[in-house]
Amino acid sequence: MTTTSPAQPVLSMTGISKRFGAVQALKDIDFDVRPGEVVALVGDNGAGKSTLVKAIAGVYQPDEGQVTFDGANVTITSPAEAQRLGIATVFQDLALCDNLDVVANLFLGSEVTGRGMLDEVAMEKESWRLLRELSAKIPSVRIPIASLSGGQRQTVAIARSLLGKPKVVMLDEPTAALGVAQTAEVLNLVERLRENGLGVILISHNMSDVMAVADRVVVLRLGRNNGEFRVAETTSQEIIAAITGATTNAVSERAARRDSAPATPPTDEQDHATEEHQ
Amino acid sequence: MSTPPTTDPTMAIPADRQDERFLADEGLTGWVKGSISRLRSGDLGSLPVVIGLILIWGVFYFLNDAFLSSRNLVNLTLQMVPTGTIAIGVVLVLLLGEIDLSVGSVSGLSGAVLAVGFVNHGWTSGMAVGLALLVGVAIGVIYGLLFNRYGVPSFVITLAGLLAVLGLQIKVLGKDGTINLAFTSDIVQFASQKFVPDVVAYALVLLAVGAAILAKLAQGRRRAAAGLSAAPASVVLVRTGLLGLILLLAVYILGRDRGVSYMVLTFIALVVLTDLLVRRTRWGRSVMAVGGNVEAARRAGINVKRIYLTVFALSSFFAALGGIFAAARLASVSQSSGGADTNLNAIAAAVIGGTSLFGGRGSAYSALLGILVIQSISNGLGLLSLDTSYRFMVTGGVLLLAVIIDSLSRRSRAAHGRA
Repeated sequence: MTTTSPAQPVLSMTGISKRFGAVQALKDIDFDVRPGEVVALVGDNGAGKSTLVKAIAGVYQPDEGQVTFDGANVTITSPAEAQRLGIATVFQDLALCDNLDVVANLFLGSEVTGRGMLDEVAMEKESWRLLRELSAKIPSVRIPIASLSGGQRQTVAIARSLLGKPKVVMLDEPTAALGVAQTAEVLNLVERLRENGLGVILISHNMSDVMAVADRVVVLRLGRNNGEFRVAETTSQEIIAAITGATTNAVSERAARRDSAPATPPTDEQDHATEEHQ
Repeated sequence: MSTPPTTDPTMAIPADRQDERFLADEGLTGWVKGSISRLRSGDLGSLPVVIGLILIWGVFYFLNDAFLSSRNLVNLTLQMVPTGTIAIGVVLVLLLGEIDLSVGSVSGLSGAVLAVGFVNHGWTSGMAVGLALLVGVAIGVIYGLLFNRYGVPSFVITLAGLLAVLGLQIKVLGKDGTINLAFTSDIVQFASQKFVPDVVAYALVLLAVGAAILAKLAQGRRRAAAGLSAAPASVVLVRTGLLGLILLLAVYILGRDRGVSYMVLTFIALVVLTDLLVRRTRWGRSVMAVGGNVEAARRAGINVKRIYLTVFALSSFFAALGGIFAAARLASVSQSSGGADTNLNAIAAAVIGGTSLFGGRGSAYSALLGILVIQSISNGLGLLSLDTSYRFMVTGGVLLLAVIIDSLSRRSRAAHGRA
């Protein structure tokens, strides 16, 4: 953070457009993320989130627009190129090997070797350093991934993305399959990434997660920018209105119905909902 | 960075022991306790097959005490080598979660190439062995290329290979159908007459145990220097010392007859080497990763196609080598070499030894342990003058038992969070 001033975005995209045949998936999208900032990318299904994510990760190339990374104009031609630049992506299915232990998974594909053999000592030491840096709660790095909880697996996946010393980390729905405590754990992790000066892009459908951890929210709707909010100065109603494109929508109507009908005990309902998730 | 510099008050505790939830086992008693709790949770390792082996040996000894005589045990070691060598290759394929059904045919073809070159064309043994191995590797490479290019299940590719290679074997052998190798030839001598001198065998065991202890102690020091927990010297000495005692006992018992054959020594060296390759190299780690989750391996940047290609090639290589050992031991190659139960015994050995059929779990040692079980049954029933019908039935029963144990322990591992 000493080299880049907080105002200078580490990744900046302007005028990004992408067409698939007759479908205009993205139109004139502007998007940027600064070091030490968590930017939430939200939007309904089909809003263009995935296309933008894939353009950042190097899976798709945009038809038009400019990408600046660390002050230099770049074209991200492949996932490997994105990683080389310093953009790490943690996809929703974490892609871990259940039969291997935490160390093996962290270093999969980039193992440390000495004299042709795996250097397990160096890898284990580095694993602990990395996990401590994230204040990750993993009891042992020598147990198979299969025995870890969902939150711990997410932690391992995020830790693995940090091995290449990225500047931007993109998390695709990191809390989608997690319970209450594990979600909190992952949100703590996101804050830790911010404290370490990384730019974090958080893709999420969960408004409470977004409000809890993001600094800025970028809303996409039908392939276009549809508003940008500072979390400190907005409400989730405003964001939902931007996502759905209307101030009265299914979500706000439901909220209004609930407020006007106190006869149903809301706490019970909530309890049931969480139980089912676990 | 905005994180404060970590002045760690817990520096005295190894980095991997700082989480209070992790129940560490301290010292020798801790190691014993830890081993017992691992067993209870279904992490059985090679224990079932070792117990099975002791039971089988006990029963056969009870029925005919010639079974555990030095003479018969030396025969047993010689009998297990050909199929055992093939089983090493099968273990590798199973680790990927694939299968090679053609190992028997490949071993037969390799034997045929060896015999035709060595006997009919008068090549040197080196040339004949080299070409036989090359043919094996070529077949494996073809499997690998087909698998990578068309994505056909290995089950079907190698089933087709089984038939095609069998045809090749009959074609290579020509109209005679059977070729005998001269008993005085170096190939046959190597397989049945050359034994390691007792002194050398003892020295090898001591050397191996000494090297293992030194390597483990050195690794312990490196771990301690890196701020990680290290196994105490007592545990290292007791574990490796126990293994050394068993090996010394084996050398002593075999030494009362002819001793340890060079062919047997080669087989054991191949098992140890394969185990090191799988556990200690990037290639081996990639094999385990592909066997566990292909998509994860691919995204981690592992060249998955190269892994499939090398493993199929190695599997056929070991099958060809097993075929050479079989030809040398029997001093003859015929149309039925590598046929009948060779295929199934090699695959059964890998599974009985504890390598999972579902990929990502197993070890090269399961080839050694599994073939010991299968060959003990075959040898023991032979001593009792029971015909092959019993051998097939008993081996089938043991295989079924092994797979059931594998399934049960997998379920238990899942329940105890060790899957």
